[in-house]
Amino acid sequence: MISMTSVVELAYMASSLLFILGILKLGKVKTSKQGNLWAAYGMALAIGATMLLLITRGDWDPRPGEWAYQSHALAIGAMVLGSAIGWWLAVKVPMTSMPEFVAFFNGLGGAASMFVGLAEVPRAVELAEKAAEEAAKKGEVGGWTMSGSGADFAIAVMLAVIIGAVTLTGSLVAYAKLAGKLNKSRIGPLGSQGFNIVLGAVCIGAGAWGGFFAADPMGLWVSNGLLTLGALLLGFGLTLPIGGADMPVAIALLNSYSGIAGMTTGFILRNNLLIVAGSLVGASGIILTQIMCKAMNRSLTNVLVGGMGESAGGGGGSKDEGYTKVKSTSAEELAAVLDAATSVIFVPGYGLAVAQAQHKVRELAGLLEKKGCQVRYAIHPVAGRMPGHMNILLAEADVPYEQLYELDRINDDFKNTDVVVVLGANDVCNPAATNDPKSPIAGMPVLTVWDARTVVVVKRSLASGYAGIRNELFQMDNSLMFLADAKKALEDTITELKAL
Amino acid sequence: MNLFLAVAAQAAEAASAPAAQESGNLPFLIVGLWVLLLSIFVGFEVIQKVPPTLHTPLMSGSNAISGITIVGSLYCVGNDYPLSAGILGLIAILCAMINVVGGFVVTDRMLGMFSAKGGKK
Repeated sequence: MISMTSVVELAYMASSLLFILGILKLGKVKTSKQGNLWAAYGMALAIGATMLLLITRGDWDPRPGEWAYQSHALAIGAMVLGSAIGWWLAVKVPMTSMPEFVAFFNGLGGAASMFVGLAEVPRAVELAEKAAEEAAKKGEVGGWTMSGSGADFAIAVMLAVIIGAVTLTGSLVAYAKLAGKLNKSRIGPLGSQGFNIVLGAVCIGAGAWGGFFAADPMGLWVSNGLLTLGALLLGFGLTLPIGGADMPVAIALLNSYSGIAGMTTGFILRNNLLIVAGSLVGASGIILTQIMCKAMNRSLTNVLVGGMGESAGGGGGSKDEGYTKVKSTSAEELAAVLDAATSVIFVPGYGLAVAQAQHKVRELAGLLEKKGCQVRYAIHPVAGRMPGHMNILLAEADVPYEQLYELDRINDDFKNTDVVVVLGANDVCNPAATNDPKSPIAGMPVLTVWDARTVVVVKRSLASGYAGIRNELFQMDNSLMFLADAKKALEDTITELKAL
Repeated sequence: MNLFLAVAAQAAEAASAPAAQESGNLPFLIVGLWVLLLSIFVGFEVIQKVPPTLHTPLMSGSNAISGITIVGSLYCVGNDYPLSAGILGLIAILCAMINVVGGFVVTDRMLGMFSAKGGKK
């Protein structure tokens, strides 16, 4: 006779498999929707199996005593409420605010891990009280530390709380920054590297105290409270200095943290499914982080410290007047140039997302295609505010993904292209990265748009981009500046083109 | 000092107890580390091949999977945990469930945009 525990363990195994196969399918455009569904089935199976186990084992039976309550009802109620909120948010969010909502959901995942870690504290307190009572009967002094349930258990609780809390507040900072509600890199001492080191030390100290030394209820509460507070502040401090354009890295990294936090709860509850799912997510986040860093030719440390935005920001912002031979253009001229072109490449950037001009690009592209013009899009890996941001934005506007080209696949084609239209992008097509070894972005792979016959840069102003670096592209012989909001510029151009 | 000695004795007792229960079996820590090692490897292998077009859905999909802590939080509401732990568990359930449902639904919406277009072509 197989025990219920074994049945549930087998169900967990099946759900791990569904997660792995789901991610595998998610990696191919044709099967991606199915992959997401499989992962969701895996989750449903895991939840169902857990509930079955808890109900049959009696874990959810009403508690005896004065504070008896129905665990079933409360747990299911919380699940229904959470599902409803999640569903409502997911359906309501406009596609353009996707980056901040991914960050928000991610933060909640971290919060859940933090609370699961913290739930072990009252239990340790109860054990400490019991141990003290028993010892008192014998006339001794007694206590109980968390490490009494194993040193690995105590360490796992500490890590779940730290990583979960950092994920929570870090993601909230990322959310606020992406939603444009926060643009500071410091709040008081928060955000400075020195203070982060202090907070880190507080976390480790409080964690060690709470896990291995605190043996009485008071000590357990205080140490773990301090641990939680320190870790929450640390999440703020670590994410604040990261600049807006480095957000793709920050989001990928926070995504990885939420997985690692989930993995540590697996060691608390001695559950393999949590370890498998958590480390899958952790690995995916780390890989994305790596890809993003490589695309900027920067090390992870450099991004985390936020050096570039800070140091160059002050000097770079005031260089507007440095451009002497900029040629301005208008919708009329752009329409004429596009009308004569047989090949056009659009280079979208964050400005396109801000202006929400993706549908207008698609409309313009449609007009050009009708005239027999070849239209493509060049996507830089860090364009936008999260990994793959431009792809999702253009997909929303029904741009066929076959027309989206990555840097490596398109860079050789610029020289055979009539017109390149840069839409709200700046640093990702700055020639300084290849020409000027002293530039802060030297060595960063960029789109070599200047090789095209004509480059039209649609941008709101000549101000430098996030990196605070002057862009020589703006005054090259073959480039024209169209200083306007991307959406407005495209609308006008479409009107002009139709009138031609 | 008395307290310290008492705690040390308790800890020693506790440390030997699980080992006795698991006679012949490996402690969970070792099994867990094996699982961890292998799944990190699987994770790297599976994700390395994902094209940039799908980076956002991959991220939000894996984000939903990180809500697996829902399983952990369900345990915390069980009656072998004290009431205050149960309350923390309920908050954890709420957070994790928003993450899970929100994550999967958002990912599905995003991917819908890719496939709708694939259908037209």
